[in-house]
Amino acid sequence: MEADQRALSSVGLEITITRWIAFKDRVGRGWYRFRRNPISLAGGSMVLLVILLAILAPYVTPYPRHAGPFTDFSSIFQAPSRSHWFGTDEVGRDVFTRVIFGYRVSLMMAIVVLGISVPFGVFLGLVAGYFGGWIETVIMRMTDIFLALPPLVMALAICSAFTPTIEKAMLAVACIWWTWHCRLIAGITRSLKTEEFVQASQTIGSSHIRILFKDILPNCASAMMVKITLDAGFVILVGAGLSFLGLGVQPPKPGLGTMISYGAAHLPMKWWLTVFPSLAIFFLILGFNLLGDGLRDMLDVEAEGI
Amino acid sequence: MLEIRDLCVYFRGYEGVSRVLDAVSLNVGRGERVGLAGETGCGKTVTMKTVMGLLKTPPAIIPHGEVILDGQNILEMSAKHLLQIKGMKISMIFQDPMNALNPVFTIGGQLYDVIRFAQSRSGNGRKRARTEIHARAIAALEEVRLPDPERILNSYPLELSGGMRQRVLIAMALVNRPSFLIADEPQTALDVTIGAQILGLLSELVRTKGISVLLITHNLGVIQETTERIYIMYAGQIAETMPTALLFDNPKHPYSQGLLASVPRLTGGEIAEGIRGTVPDYIAAPSGCRFHPRCDYVMPICSQKKPPPFMVELDHYVGCWLYGEDGG
Amino acid sequence: MNFASFFTRRLLHSILVLVGLSILIFIIARILPGDPARLALGPFASKRQVEHLRHQMGMDQPLHLQYVSYVRGIFHGDLGLSFQTRRSVSLDIAHYLPATIELVMMAIVWVLVIGVPFGVLAGRYKDSWLDNMSRVVAFIGVAVPPFVVGLMGQLIFSYGLGILPTAGRLSLLTPAPPTWTGFLIVDSLIAGNFTALGDALEHILLPSFAIAMTGIGQITRLTRGSVSDILGKDYIEAARAFGIPNRYVTFKYMLKPSFIAPLTILGLTFASELGNAFLVETVFGWPGMAKYGIRAILRKDFNAIMGVVLIIGVAFVVVNLIVDVLAGYVDPRIRIREEE
Repeated sequence: MEADQRALSSVGLEITITRWIAFKDRVGRGWYRFRRNPISLAGGSMVLLVILLAILAPYVTPYPRHAGPFTDFSSIFQAPSRSHWFGTDEVGRDVFTRVIFGYRVSLMMAIVVLGISVPFGVFLGLVAGYFGGWIETVIMRMTDIFLALPPLVMALAICSAFTPTIEKAMLAVACIWWTWHCRLIAGITRSLKTEEFVQASQTIGSSHIRILFKDILPNCASAMMVKITLDAGFVILVGAGLSFLGLGVQPPKPGLGTMISYGAAHLPMKWWLTVFPSLAIFFLILGFNLLGDGLRDMLDVEAEGI
Repeated sequence: MLEIRDLCVYFRGYEGVSRVLDAVSLNVGRGERVGLAGETGCGKTVTMKTVMGLLKTPPAIIPHGEVILDGQNILEMSAKHLLQIKGMKISMIFQDPMNALNPVFTIGGQLYDVIRFAQSRSGNGRKRARTEIHARAIAALEEVRLPDPERILNSYPLELSGGMRQRVLIAMALVNRPSFLIADEPQTALDVTIGAQILGLLSELVRTKGISVLLITHNLGVIQETTERIYIMYAGQIAETMPTALLFDNPKHPYSQGLLASVPRLTGGEIAEGIRGTVPDYIAAPSGCRFHPRCDYVMPICSQKKPPPFMVELDHYVGCWLYGEDGG
Repeated sequence: MNFASFFTRRLLHSILVLVGLSILIFIIARILPGDPARLALGPFASKRQVEHLRHQMGMDQPLHLQYVSYVRGIFHGDLGLSFQTRRSVSLDIAHYLPATIELVMMAIVWVLVIGVPFGVLAGRYKDSWLDNMSRVVAFIGVAVPPFVVGLMGQLIFSYGLGILPTAGRLSLLTPAPPTWTGFLIVDSLIAGNFTALGDALEHILLPSFAIAMTGIGQITRLTRGSVSDILGKDYIEAARAFGIPNRYVTFKYMLKPSFIAPLTILGLTFASELGNAFLVETVFGWPGMAKYGIRAILRKDFNAIMGVVLIIGVAFVVVNLIVDVLAGYVDPRIRIREEE
């Protein structure tokens, strides 16, 4: 009995090592393709640039104090100049600085929303796809309900219950977002469930949890990576929309959507108040989209719903 | 009926020019059933597409060679002329019936189209009435022994079984009474028993109608049962040609011999051997005889010049220097 | 090929989803922190007035009873009274809805007229300059926020070039046609009022395009993929091999299967357009339901919120049903698989 257990565990170790080598090989090849694909490179560099700027915001911006409550009424509404690359806003803050700090908020939104919704959605998706039956029906119906409205509208509706802050907005979006991942993972799980290697695991008596995590989940990895990347862009877009409507980032905090909303009132004379934050957010969302598309090509993902 | 002379087909790609067919020559006589055998990737499909006029000539280049069907060179035909003979003089049966039928149209819709466009091209002038087209379609389906043809005409491909779909495809290929038929592995995508039925049906139909057939396959058993003469192809070159009956008895080309040795026998005790080496890359194809890197009998001349077909016995030619000036 | 059962099953499913949605929003709306009655009446109203309003609105009932009476009201076309305006929500929505519908319809026209042909051509002539341009357009369409499109459009065309108006559905000086449908374009045509027609078209151009951008991006990309996918299929080659002329193959054999994929996404495109409407109506001051909804949300007018949400939910469900039915009609595989 003990010898069997030892034998099994050494086999298990071998399998793990083999899997790791295979994984490294795949990643290596994938990286090679990534490097050669102009789209993924472009997207990747764009996103990387924004992330760096956001992390180093206090150091790379000329007026880091302008990101908070700061007013200087002697320099309001200044057009772009050498001292203020993007001009100044209605209370005299440097727009460039606020745009960079606004990137922080956007990225934070993506991280928080996806950080909450992805694990939750993946878990429910695995359960739904694997166990099927009434569990699946219930979970799928719930996703249907949350998806019955366009995401922005649903987020608005949920936000309506609370006082508008950026945190509530993030939560609202997260409440909706898990459904996409749930559906995606459920679909993949459902099709993998009938594959032989899963059945093999079942015959040797692996627990369900083990199967889910060892057999099915790794196969979802590529689809998930693509989806998360594309989602980041989409979440940021929805967040900007919410801020634009007044339900996201509240002043005086810097938020790209909020800045655009406030700047819109001053069109066309003070065009820089809207144009630069608009370009900035477009840049970020585009970056994620290009990156996600490149990843999709690279990992050859064909799963439904991406 | 069909004569291919020294056909060379190359493809221009990112990494270079892929010389797929290297001076391929073969012919099919009237009413003859000829097989073209070879492994996957040896150029059978390209040959077939060239004959059918389905090659897209931007990526494909035909620097040399002729494909003469019933006296006319297909390669020199105008698009309009090609359209006239497609389906009517020369027709094709595809390998995978599920993919060869458009899934969003009914069988009837597709069959009617084939019939309709044929007679509008043959210059008959008057358009056939719907009832006539319908009648012809029913007749075609009955010919391939499909029960309840009315129901089939109104069905979608997804609703039929694999065997039925292949029969439908055969019906579509034969409905306009072609004189030449290319069959591309018609039984491969089907179960063995169904495949055998299909082959039987096909053999019977071509015999009664006197159609010349070029059967393309990698399955030697199928070739033996359904053809009179065969060509063995390797890496874009014809290795050997002989009457089918001689195939299992007397293969002369080292590749043919290797092929036969790799077919497992039910009766023998030996494990089947493969041929060492791998199929060559067409961009950097071996010079001379393309099989020479894998051949056990290779000689210096093999890598220098491509061997012409040497006659070994009646109707039996081998493209191998062993049977040329040197060997015997 | 049982269309009826296919349709009925989808319908039942949709109704179930709508019920679930209504419960969800109802719960959210009723768990507002803060008292909506108090909010509506302001800080100077007396406690008794607030209590009176709460009673009037039925807010003193237990939650499930409130829901039941609400649902009963729906069947009578009554969506409750707006806390803010004290008008019937259904009347309010009926007033504002046509403007939004017209806008979204126009956006769909843009998507179909630009996205589909562009996608087809791009898929057909893959890797040509046209194809590359389509990919650029697709990326931009999906990545740029609709309100940015609207604002930039305003900046360039309204303020910059001065050829398009900045806001509203009709210029102040243009006499509006009598209201038959609530759709300005249709009403102007009916009345033969071509100045109004032209003016309405000018006004709807920018906002509808702003809404359509996302959809154009999605549909172009999907159509392109679908077309290029289909062109590689064996049955296209087979059709050519059987002598069917090339043009017929392209138009009939290729187009029909190619449209399946974009069709299935049309529902999602519509959803994104509805969402975009909320942003664009704000930018252009478009007097539509979305603007009404935003105001309701900001003021926590939950009857109005409920009403808007329900209408959107119903619209979405209806569109999805139509799309599903169309898809089932075009692609027999869907119908057949449904039966299995």
